[in-house]
Amino acid sequence: MSPASAKPAAPSPTPADATHRWEVDPVLTVEHLTMRFGGLVAVDDLSFNVGRGDITALIGPNGAGKTTVFNCVTGFYKPTEGRIVMRHGRDGGDEAVRKLTESGEPWARTDAGGIFLLERMPDFRISKEAKVARTFQNIRLFSGMTVLENLLIAQHNVLMAASGFTIGGIFNLPGFRAARQAAIDKAVYWLEHTRLIDQADIPAGGLPYGAQRRLEIARAMCTEPHLLCLDEPAAGLNPRETSELNELLEFIRTEEGTSVLLIEHDMGVVMEISDHVVVLDYGEKISDGSAERVRNDPSVIAAYLGVEDEEVAEAEAEAAAAAARAAKAPAEESGDRP
Amino acid sequence: MSDINQAGSAEEHQAPGALVEWEQRVAGYGGEPPFVEEPEYGSPIVLALKDAAIAAGIAAALFLFFIGFRTDINLGGLELTTRWQAFGISIVAVFVGRLAFRMLFWGSRQKGGRSLATRAIESRKGTPLSEHFARHSGKVGAFALAAAIVYPIVILWAFPLKDKQFIDLGILVLTYIMLGWGLNIVVGLAGLLDLGYVAFYAVGAYSFALFAQYFDVGFWFALPVAGLLAACWGIILGFPVLRLRGDYLAIVTLAFGEIIRIVLLNWYTFTGGPDGISGIPDPTFFGLAFARGDDNLPGLLGLKYDSAYKQAYFFYIILLLAMITNFVTMRLRKLPLGRAWEALREDEIACRSLGINTTNTKLTAFAIGAMFGGFAGSFFATRQGFISPESFTFMESALILAIVVLGGLGSQMGVVIASIVMIGGFELFRDLAEYRMLIFGLLMVIIMVWRPRGLIATRDPSAILKQRQSISADMVAQGEGH
Repeated sequence: MSPASAKPAAPSPTPADATHRWEVDPVLTVEHLTMRFGGLVAVDDLSFNVGRGDITALIGPNGAGKTTVFNCVTGFYKPTEGRIVMRHGRDGGDEAVRKLTESGEPWARTDAGGIFLLERMPDFRISKEAKVARTFQNIRLFSGMTVLENLLIAQHNVLMAASGFTIGGIFNLPGFRAARQAAIDKAVYWLEHTRLIDQADIPAGGLPYGAQRRLEIARAMCTEPHLLCLDEPAAGLNPRETSELNELLEFIRTEEGTSVLLIEHDMGVVMEISDHVVVLDYGEKISDGSAERVRNDPSVIAAYLGVEDEEVAEAEAEAAAAAARAAKAPAEESGDRP
Repeated sequence: MSDINQAGSAEEHQAPGALVEWEQRVAGYGGEPPFVEEPEYGSPIVLALKDAAIAAGIAAALFLFFIGFRTDINLGGLELTTRWQAFGISIVAVFVGRLAFRMLFWGSRQKGGRSLATRAIESRKGTPLSEHFARHSGKVGAFALAAAIVYPIVILWAFPLKDKQFIDLGILVLTYIMLGWGLNIVVGLAGLLDLGYVAFYAVGAYSFALFAQYFDVGFWFALPVAGLLAACWGIILGFPVLRLRGDYLAIVTLAFGEIIRIVLLNWYTFTGGPDGISGIPDPTFFGLAFARGDDNLPGLLGLKYDSAYKQAYFFYIILLLAMITNFVTMRLRKLPLGRAWEALREDEIACRSLGINTTNTKLTAFAIGAMFGGFAGSFFATRQGFISPESFTFMESALILAIVVLGGLGSQMGVVIASIVMIGGFELFRDLAEYRMLIFGLLMVIIMVWRPRGLIATRDPSAILKQRQSISADMVAQGEGH
C-alpha cells in the first residue's frame, strides 16, 4: 500500500468505497522504516499508514517487531532509516512533507495543524508537540501516586504553562487555580468514562490489573492526543473486560476523534474493532488491509499457524495468482518475500 | 495485585486482621480453644515492666558474686573488695535492655504481629503509626512550629546558665532540618540519590564568606546570592549526571562533593585553603547589631547585654529559613513541577511518554535542592564566624542523607524527627566520646530494621478528589540509586 500513499488519489470525502481512509487521509505515515540493533534487523523497510479516525491494528507473531515499531513512532528508539510523518491537518500534502524534510526542521505548523517528522524528535516532544500518546505492554503507571494524580501528571505541560512555570503557582494566582480546576475536571471526565471514579483517591498500584490497563489509557487520553498508540491493551483481561475495552476504544475513536494504533494478540479484539490491519512477521510487512482481507490472506495464516515449506510456496503462488487475476496492484505480500 | 480489596481500604491493616483470625480460630474450636496458653492480662506496659523486673532480679542474683565482689591476691592473702556501683549499673542495664527488647521486638511475636512501641502510639482502630502521623500532620506541624518559636524564650528563662549551649543545640538541629528538607527535594521527591549534598552547603558558606571578605557585604545581601550560586552549581552537577542511573549517579555526586571540598582546600590564594576564612560578619536586624553598646539592639530595647540574645536571633533566622524551605517544598509538591518530580521517581519512561521534559525536571530538582543547601551554608558561615573545608567533609553529606532516609523519603515531618533524634542525641552523648559513634550506628541499624522505609513511611497525595488516603510506602517507588 505504500506506493498508494505516495501519490494520493483524488481525495474523496467518503473513503468507504473505493479508496480507504488510510490512503487518503493518513494521520501517521511510516515510510521505509528500518531499525537495526547491531546485526539484528528488528524492522526491515516497513511502510504503512494510519488513517485519521481509524482504529489500526498492528499484529504479528511474537518477536515480529511490533513493539519496536511503536518505540520508533513514539521516539523511544531512533530509527536507523526511514521517515515517520505525523499530520495534524489534512493539508499536509507530499509537497509540504518534502519541503519540511529538506529544511532540516523537525516540525512545521500549518493552518490546518502541523506536520511532524517523528524520527527527528525526542520522545517527550512527540507527546507534547506531535500529540502521540502511548501505553506500555507492561503497564507503567505511577503506582505510588493516586489515580487522580496519575491523570494530573498527564496534563503536566498545560498546568506548567498555567502555573507560570511554577512562579505563579507558588503564589496560587487565579489563572493557575482555574487551570488546575480544569485539569481536575478533565481527569474526572476520563475517570467516569473508564469507570474509575470511585477509585480516584487510591494509589494506582493498588488497582486491579484490568483497572490499571484502563487507567493507563485514561492517562494517555489526558494528554489530548491525535494518535493513541496502545501496546497490547487487552493482554491479561478477562472476556468482560475485553468487551469493555472495545467499547472504550470505540468511544475514543468516535466521540474524541482520536486515531488509534494498537498492537494486539487477541484476534477477537482486532477483528471486531479494527478498520485496518497491518501484519508483521520478522520485521517485514506481510499483509495490509481491512480486517476481512487480512483474515483471509494465506501468508498471514501461514505466519500464524506455521506450515510446511511446500505449503508456503503453494500458498504464495496462489496469492500471486490471485493478485495477478485482480491485476490491480503488484502482489506486494508475496513479492517482498523470497 | 492479588489482594485488591486490601488496597481499597488501606486502614484495615494487620492488627485487626490478626484479631479476626484469632476470633475465627476460637469460633472454629466451638468457642473453646484447646491448648492455648493463658493469655496475659493487664496493660502491656505493666507486663513489660514486670518482665523486666524479673530479669533484673535474676541478674542481681547472678551478678552479686560475679560483679559485686572482687578478690585480689594480696600480701595478707585474698582481699575482698566490693563493687556496688558496677553491680548496680549492670542490673539497670539488664532491666532497661529487657524492657526495650520486650517493647520493640518480642511484643511482635506475642501480640498480633506488632510490637508494643508501635501499638502504643496506634489508635484503637488499628491505624498504623505512620498513617496516624500523616492524618494529623497539620496539627503536629503547627505544634512543632509553636514549640520551636517559644524554645529560645523558655531556655533563656529556665536555664540562664546553660542557655547559650541549649540554644546553640536548637540552631544546630534546625540547620540539619533545613538541610534535610533541601536534600529531601532531590532524594525524597525526585528520587535522585545525591551523596554530595554538602558541596552546596560549602558553596553557600564560601559564597558569603568570600563576598564578606572581598566586597564587605552583609548577610542579608549575601544570602540570596549564595542561594543563587548554589543553584547554579546544582545545575552544573545536574548536567553530567542526567544520563546516569542508580549507583553511578550516587558515585558521581559523591565525587562532586569531594571535588568542591578539595578545590576549596587547595586554592590557597583565593579561599585561604586549610586556614579557612575568619571574621565573617554577624547578621544585623534591620541595620542593628547584636553587640554591646546602647546603639545596638539589646541596648535600645533596654536589655542588659547577653550574648545569648545573639544566639536567639540566630535561632529565629534559621527557623525562618527552614520554614521558607518547608513552605516552598510543600507548595511545590502540589504544583505541576513537584508532581513531575514525584512522577520521575516513580517511572521516568512513563514521564517521557506523557511529554514531560525529564532533563529540565531533574535539573530544577537539583537546582532548588542546592539553593536551600546554599541558604543553609550561608547561615552556617555567619553563625560560626569562621569556616574551613574541614566542615564540609563526606561525613556531613552522609549525616544529612541519613536524616532524610531515617525520617522517611519525601516526608517533611520525618526529617524533623530524625534531625532531633540524631543531632540532639549526638550532642547529648558527647561525653561518651568514641562510644557515641558506636551507639549512633547501632541506633540506625535498629531503626532501619524496625522501619525499613523510615520513620514516616506514608506518602501524602498531592491532589484529592473526595477523600484523603495516605499511601503506604510499599507502593511508592524509591527512585534511582536506592
